[in-house]
Amino acid sequence: MTDTNKMQPLIWFALAGLSIALFLVAGSVPSLNDFPDAWVLSPTDFMNSMMGGFVSIFGPAFKAMGWLLEWPVRWSQALLEFLPWSVTTAIFVFLGLIGSGWKLGLFAGLSMIYMALIGYWDESMNSLAIVLISVPMAVTTGFIFGVMGFYSNRARKIIVPILDLLQTIPAFAYLLPILILFGFGTTVGLVASILYAFPPMVRNTILGLRAVPEEIIEAGIMSGATPAQLFWKVRLPAAKKQMLLGLNQTTMAALSMVIIAAVIGGTNDIGWEVLNTMRKAQFGESLLAGFVIALIAMSLDRITHAFATKPKEIVRTGPNYWVIAVLVIAALAALSTVFPFLRKWPEALLWNPAPTMNAALEWVVINGREWIEGIKNAAFFFVMLPIKIGLNKAVSPFTWGFELTPTLTLGYVGLVAAGMFWAAVKGRFTLAAIVMLWGVVSYIGLTEMPWIALFAIFVYAAYVTAGRNLAIGTAIGMAFLIIAGVWPESVLSIYLCGVAVLISFSLGTLIGIWASENNTVSSIVRPIMDTLQTMPLFVILIPFVMVFKIGEFTALLAIIAYAIVPAIRYTEHGLRNLPEHVIEAADTIGCTRRQLLFKVKLPLALPAIMLGLNQTIIYGIGMLVITALVGTNGLGQRIYIGLGNGDFGVGMTAGIGMAVIAMVADRMTQAISRRKQEQFGLVQQHI
Amino acid sequence: MPEGNAPSEQVKLSCRNIWKIYGSQPQQFFDGTKGNVGDAPAARGLAQNIRDSEHIVAAANVSFDVHVGEIFVIMGLSGSGKSTVVRCLSRVVEPTAGEILMDGQDLLKVSKSELIEYRRHKMGMVFQNFGLMPHLNVLDNIAFPLEIQGISLKKRREKAREIIDLVGLQGREASFPSQLSGGQQQRVGIARSLAVEPELWFLDEPFSALDPLIRRQMQDEFLRLQRELNKSIVFITHDFLEALRIADRMAIMRDGEVVQIGRPVDLILNPANDYVKDFTNDVPSEMVLTAGDIANASRPLTPEMGHISADISLATLLPYLADNEAGIMVRDGNGNDLGAITARDVVKALATNAPEGAGA
Ligand SMILES: Nc1ncnc2c1ncn2[C@@H]1O[C@H](COP(=O)(O)OP(=O)(O)OP(=O)(O)O)[C@@H](O)[C@H]1O
Ligand SMILES: [Mg+2]
Repeated sequence: MTDTNKMQPLIWFALAGLSIALFLVAGSVPSLNDFPDAWVLSPTDFMNSMMGGFVSIFGPAFKAMGWLLEWPVRWSQALLEFLPWSVTTAIFVFLGLIGSGWKLGLFAGLSMIYMALIGYWDESMNSLAIVLISVPMAVTTGFIFGVMGFYSNRARKIIVPILDLLQTIPAFAYLLPILILFGFGTTVGLVASILYAFPPMVRNTILGLRAVPEEIIEAGIMSGATPAQLFWKVRLPAAKKQMLLGLNQTTMAALSMVIIAAVIGGTNDIGWEVLNTMRKAQFGESLLAGFVIALIAMSLDRITHAFATKPKEIVRTGPNYWVIAVLVIAALAALSTVFPFLRKWPEALLWNPAPTMNAALEWVVINGREWIEGIKNAAFFFVMLPIKIGLNKAVSPFTWGFELTPTLTLGYVGLVAAGMFWAAVKGRFTLAAIVMLWGVVSYIGLTEMPWIALFAIFVYAAYVTAGRNLAIGTAIGMAFLIIAGVWPESVLSIYLCGVAVLISFSLGTLIGIWASENNTVSSIVRPIMDTLQTMPLFVILIPFVMVFKIGEFTALLAIIAYAIVPAIRYTEHGLRNLPEHVIEAADTIGCTRRQLLFKVKLPLALPAIMLGLNQTIIYGIGMLVITALVGTNGLGQRIYIGLGNGDFGVGMTAGIGMAVIAMVADRMTQAISRRKQEQFGLVQQHI
Repeated sequence: MPEGNAPSEQVKLSCRNIWKIYGSQPQQFFDGTKGNVGDAPAARGLAQNIRDSEHIVAAANVSFDVHVGEIFVIMGLSGSGKSTVVRCLSRVVEPTAGEILMDGQDLLKVSKSELIEYRRHKMGMVFQNFGLMPHLNVLDNIAFPLEIQGISLKKRREKAREIIDLVGLQGREASFPSQLSGGQQQRVGIARSLAVEPELWFLDEPFSALDPLIRRQMQDEFLRLQRELNKSIVFITHDFLEALRIADRMAIMRDGEVVQIGRPVDLILNPANDYVKDFTNDVPSEMVLTAGDIANASRPLTPEMGHISADISLATLLPYLADNEAGIMVRDGNGNDLGAITARDVVKALATNAPEGAGA
C-alpha cells in the first residue's frame, strides 16, 4: 500500500500531463480526442437479433404469463372501480386510525376525498389496483428469497449481487426488456414494479432473521422446538418488525415503479395523467395529478410504517376499532345503494382549479421572466457550461462578457500553479497533483476531454479507491461504452449527474451538519425530506419544468432536489449517532463545541457521510434517467428513445451504460466508506 | 451445606472430557479420541496447542457428575467457559469432543427427535441473558414451552398462571419483555424453565440481575422448591456466598478447564491453588465453619447444656452462645455427642481463622 501511496501523486501528474498532451495534438490527430466512428462496433443490431430470437422462442411463454398476471390486476381494478368512493375512503381512514391514530386517519381520508374532488378518482384507483397486486407478489417473492438467503450462504452469495444490480440499475431501464417480452399492457407495470420492489423485502428479511439474538433461538431449542417450530414460532415472529419495515419499503418502491411505468402509455392511470398533461404544458392539471400521487405515496407510507412500528399494547383499551370499521363500512356500502352521491362523487361537487393555476403561473412566468432567465443563464454560463465544455470554450464575450485572451489563460495557469504550490508546501503531493488535474479538466471541459485520458483517469481512480478488481471492472465497463459508441452520451450523463451530485452533496452535508447541531433546523428539514423521499420521481420534475421550462438546468434542479435528501439524512444521522462515550470523553478534555464538531464528530461520522455520498449518487442517477423527459441529452435520452421505438438494442445499450456508471460510482464510494469504518473499528449492519 | 434432603448416590448427568473449540477447523484436534487425551497436564498442553493455532478453547477436558437431587454449582471468571459447558450439556451447542451421559444414555448419540423429547420433558434452562421471546407477553412467554408441545391455549395459560405466582410476577401477565426490568425479565425466564417440570435444570446466573433482597428471597424459594421437587441442578453463579448457600458440590473453572471440584467447604479449607483461594478469600469463616468443625471433645458435658446438630454454621450459633456461657453440646446425625463448644472456642477459631486445626 505504501508503494501505491508514493506513486499516487506521480501518476495523477502523469494523467494530467497526458490530458494536456492529447488535447494539444488532437488538432492534427482527431482520433485521439474523439473515439473514431469507424471503430465503433455497435451492439444494437446484435442485441436486437438476439432479443428477436429469444422472443420468437420464449415470447409465447412470456405472453401467456403476462396474460395470467393480467387477471388479478383486472379483478383488483374492477373491485376498486366497483367500490363506492365512500367505502374506499372509509377503509383508508380506518387503516390510518388503527395504525396510528386519528391524525393519520384524517390525513388518509382527506387524501382520498381530494382525489374524488378534483376528478381523478378512477385514474388513482387504477394505479392503486396495480400496487395492490404487485405488493403481495413482491413481498412473497422477497420473503422466499430472503429465507433462502438466510439459511444458505451459497444462496446468499448469488442473491445479494443480483439485488445490488437490480437496485443500482435505474428504474427506467427495467421497462424496456419487460415491454418487449410481455408486450403492451398493464402487465409491464406490474412486472416492473414486482422486480423493482422485491429487493428491499429480501434484504429486510435476511437482516431481520439474522438479528434475532442467539439466546432466543437457544431458548426455543431448549423448549424442544422442531426446526419448523423454530422458524415459525421463534425466528419469524422475532424478526417481524424488520420485515414490516421491508413491507413499507417494498410498497413505496412498487408505487413509484407503477407511476414510472406510465411512460409506456396506454393505461388510464394517474402517472399517465401527469405525464400527458406535462407534455401538453398543462401544468395546473399536471400539478394536481402529481399531488394525487404524492398523497397516495404519503398515505401508503405512513400507514405501512405505522403498522410496522406499532408498539405492543399491554391491554387493549377502548373500543375495538376493527369491529367498528367493519360496521361503518358495511353501513356505508348499504347506504350507497340508496344514495348515489355516496357511490359516485357527484359531478356538481367537482372542483377544477387548474385553469386558475395555469393563469397564475403564466403571470409569474411573464412578469418574472428577467429573474427566471437571469438565474438560469447565470447557472448555465458560469457553472454548467465551463464544466461541460471547459473554460476554453465557455468563456466568450457572449457568455462571460469577455474573451479568454492568452494573458487570461496564463493567469489561470498561474492560479492553478499557486494552488499546487500551496499543497506541495504542506507536503500533500497527491492533493497538488489533483489540483493540477482539476485545473486541466476545467480548462478542457468534461465532454471535450480526450477519451483515452478520461478512460485512464476513471480506471486509476477506481484502482486507488477500491483496488485492482474494481479497476478491471471499470476498464471493461468503460471499454464497452466506448466501443458501443455511447461514450459521448455517457460523458454527458456523467457531467450532468456529476454537477448535480457535487452540489447536492456539498449543500446537503452543510444542511446535515446544521441540522445535527440545531434541533429546530432538524425538525423543519425532516418533514421536507420525508416528503421528497416518498414522492415518485416524476412529480419532483413538475414545479421545475413549470418555471424553468425544459432543459438541462431544470433537470439539474430536479436531480438536486431529489439527491440532496440522502446527503442531509446520512450526515445528520451519522453526527447524531456517534458513540456516547467518545463525545463525553471529548467534553471532559475540554473541547469547545467547534472543536468537538471538527475534530471529533465529523471525522468519526465520515463513514456515514460517505455512505450518504453513495446514496446521493444512486439517487442522482435514478433521477437523471427520468429527466430525459424534460429534454436532457445523454444515456437517459437514449433509453427513452429505445422505449419509445421499442428498440431493444438502443435502449439496452444505454441501460447497460447507465448501470456501469452507477455500479462503478457505487463501489468506489462504498469502498471509501468501508475503509474508514474499518479504520475506526465501527461495524455497521449491512446486507 | 444446605439443609434438606441429601442428594442420592445415583448419577443423573455425567460428562466426560468435554471440549468445545471455536475456530475454522475445530475437529482437527480430536480424531477419534472422544476428547480423552490423557491426564490433566496432557490436556492442558493440547489446549495450549489449540490456542496457538488460532482457535478459541471455550471448554477444555471438562468432566464431572451431577447426582439426582444435587445442586452442582459452577464458578469462574468471566469468559472461563461456564456458559459454554452448560450449553454443551444441553446440546444447544454441539461439543467438539467428549461424552455426555444422562441417566446412563449417551446424549450425543440420541437422534434429533429423541433430543427434542428430552428437551420438552426432561430438561429446563434459564439463560444468562434471559432469551425471552420479544413478541410474546409474560404469560405466553412462560407458556411457550407448552405451546411448543402442542398443549391447548387454555391449559397452558392455566399452568403459566400457577407459575407466575411462584416468581412473584402477578399483575404483569400482559406485559411484554421490553416493558420489564432486568430482574423481572429474569424471573420470567426462571418461570418459563419451570413450566415443563424438568428433571434436569440448568441455570446460568439466574439471579444475577436481581437486587439483594429479591435475590435472597429467590434463593430461599429456590431451596424450598428443591426440597419439594428434588431436581438435579447445574447452577452458574459469580457469587461465592450464593454458592455457599445452595451448593452441594461445586466446580471452579479457569480458561475452559475445571480447576477444582468439591464441597464449598472443601474449597475453602483446601484450595487447590491461589486462583481458587481468590474466590474463597472474602468468605467470612463463621459462615463456613460448622459446629462439628470446632466441637471440643475435652470439654466437660453438663446435663443442663442444650444440644445442636453438627452441620450448624458458627454464624447461626453465635447469638445463642452470647447468652449461654456454659456452651452447647454438638451431636452428629447419628445422635453421638462430638463434644461441646463455648463462646471462647468460637472466638478462638475465628481469631486464628484456623481451618487447619478445626478439621480434627
Ligand atoms: N459462538 C462463539 N464463538 C467464538 N467464541 C465463543 C463463542 N461463544 C463463546 N466463546 C468464547 O468462549 C469463551 C467462554 O465463553 P462463556 O460464555 O462460556 O464464558 P462464561 O464463563 O459464561 O463467562 P460469563 O461469566 O461472562 O458469562 C469466551 O472466551 C468466549 O469468547
Ligand atoms: Mg456466561
